[in-house]
Amino acid sequence: MSDKLLSLERLSIGCVAPPGGSVANKTGAWRTMIPVFKQEACIGCRACELVCPEGCVFGNPKEKKFTFDPDYCKGCGMCAAECPEDDIDMVREEK
Amino acid sequence: MAEQEILEGAMAVAHAVARCRPEVIAAYPITPQTHISEELSQIVADGELDAEFVKVESEFGAASVVLGASAAGTRTYTATSSQGLLLMNEVLWNIAGMRLPVVLACANRSISAPLSIWCDHQDAEAIRDCGVLQFYAEDNQEACDMHVIAFRVAEDRRVLLPAMVNLDGFLLTHVFEPTILPDQELCDKFLGTYEAVLKLDAANPATFGAFTEPDKCMEGRWMVHDACLRSVGVIEEASAEFEKVFGRASGGLIEEYQSQDAETILIAKGSLCGTIKDVVDDLRDEGKKVGLVRIKTYRPWPAEAVLGAVSRARQIAVIERGASFGAGGVMTPEVKETLYDAGRLIPVHGYCVQLGGREVPPDGIREIVDRVSGGEKQKAYEYFRLRTEILPDLVPGA
Repeated sequence: MSDKLLSLERLSIGCVAPPGGSVANKTGAWRTMIPVFKQEACIGCRACELVCPEGCVFGNPKEKKFTFDPDYCKGCGMCAAECPEDDIDMVREEK
Repeated sequence: MAEQEILEGAMAVAHAVARCRPEVIAAYPITPQTHISEELSQIVADGELDAEFVKVESEFGAASVVLGASAAGTRTYTATSSQGLLLMNEVLWNIAGMRLPVVLACANRSISAPLSIWCDHQDAEAIRDCGVLQFYAEDNQEACDMHVIAFRVAEDRRVLLPAMVNLDGFLLTHVFEPTILPDQELCDKFLGTYEAVLKLDAANPATFGAFTEPDKCMEGRWMVHDACLRSVGVIEEASAEFEKVFGRASGGLIEEYQSQDAETILIAKGSLCGTIKDVVDDLRDEGKKVGLVRIKTYRPWPAEAVLGAVSRARQIAVIERGASFGAGGVMTPEVKETLYDAGRLIPVHGYCVQLGGREVPPDGIREIVDRVSGGEKQKAYEYFRLRTEILPDLVPGA
């Protein structure tokens, strides 16, 4: 029913949205600060991954390697604020 | 021909609504609306209507339930009043924006503070701009019939907007009048079943009320305006069809009462128009060219119809049961705008005659007519017969 009537490009009556809108909407464009995962003192605690409101931090705790998806990172800085080892910096992103 | 029964307004409305076969009803009691939802819950409990009656914790809950149920593709109904309508406010904007044809009733009642349970129109006017169509009944027959028309208009694919039937608290809700309940078979024929264009469906997931960026949001809001404007023609069409099917006229945009050749025209809405018509009759007997234009559809604002109805007027008095504090009325500026846009610069005076159930006797209406047609300059807008003798020092300690 909805498939034919809904698209991400055009509005529908009532602005009903098809699935996939959150993926298509790359919120990384909102960002002014970008995290830098220094990976010097990571203990693999996963705090950065767990506090990310966008769910866009991911990595491997055993290997103590973490990174983020810049398409969706809004630059909120929660990962950097919560990192117990101060291993993430927030820097102004120049475009 | 269906028979007249002596029914209380709220109960008559409940039975008229039941005959429109809503599938989900959610409501929270509030004076003077309570009898509508109480009677509907009884009708459902008695098995006379196959509907889900959802008992909720508040009017915010009631509006949210009908929003969800409507989004799931069902015909829905709720009723409220005063503070209850204000508590629904946020949800009503969503219902309109999501283009869900929820029908609701507002038993018009004053807003706190000071607390009053009696009638005025400030509750409905407070949600004027949200995209809910608004109809105002003069009597209980019309309150019933307007519900049937409201479902038809709301669900019309050219409209797809919520619609609210206003009936004056106590003055209509609690008054017993001879009323013809809309015939069940005719209601079925007139309304058919509601088929949603888009609905919540687990097999075809979609999001109602999703986020839009600034590049799309304005168009989403404009579509509500566009549908409101388009509803003007649909309301006229549905009302004409109602008359054909049910054999009695109801609904429509405005009523013109002795206004064709009137020099002084009163504009008002709701049950007060009954009193105004009596005064107009008396004044006509005295040879005075006075008429009434009754606003039956308030949203969309029936600008063209109003303009046509006052084409020969020399002066207009807008009699309001509402107020916009710090501005010159609610409906008064709308009448002025309509005339100004058409280049008709005749005097328009606004009178806030009743807040919180203040009586407006016939001599009050007569005084307004005498004043606006008497040649002496009147205020653009005033609170009529304000009891200044009971006021305190307005600036304490000054």
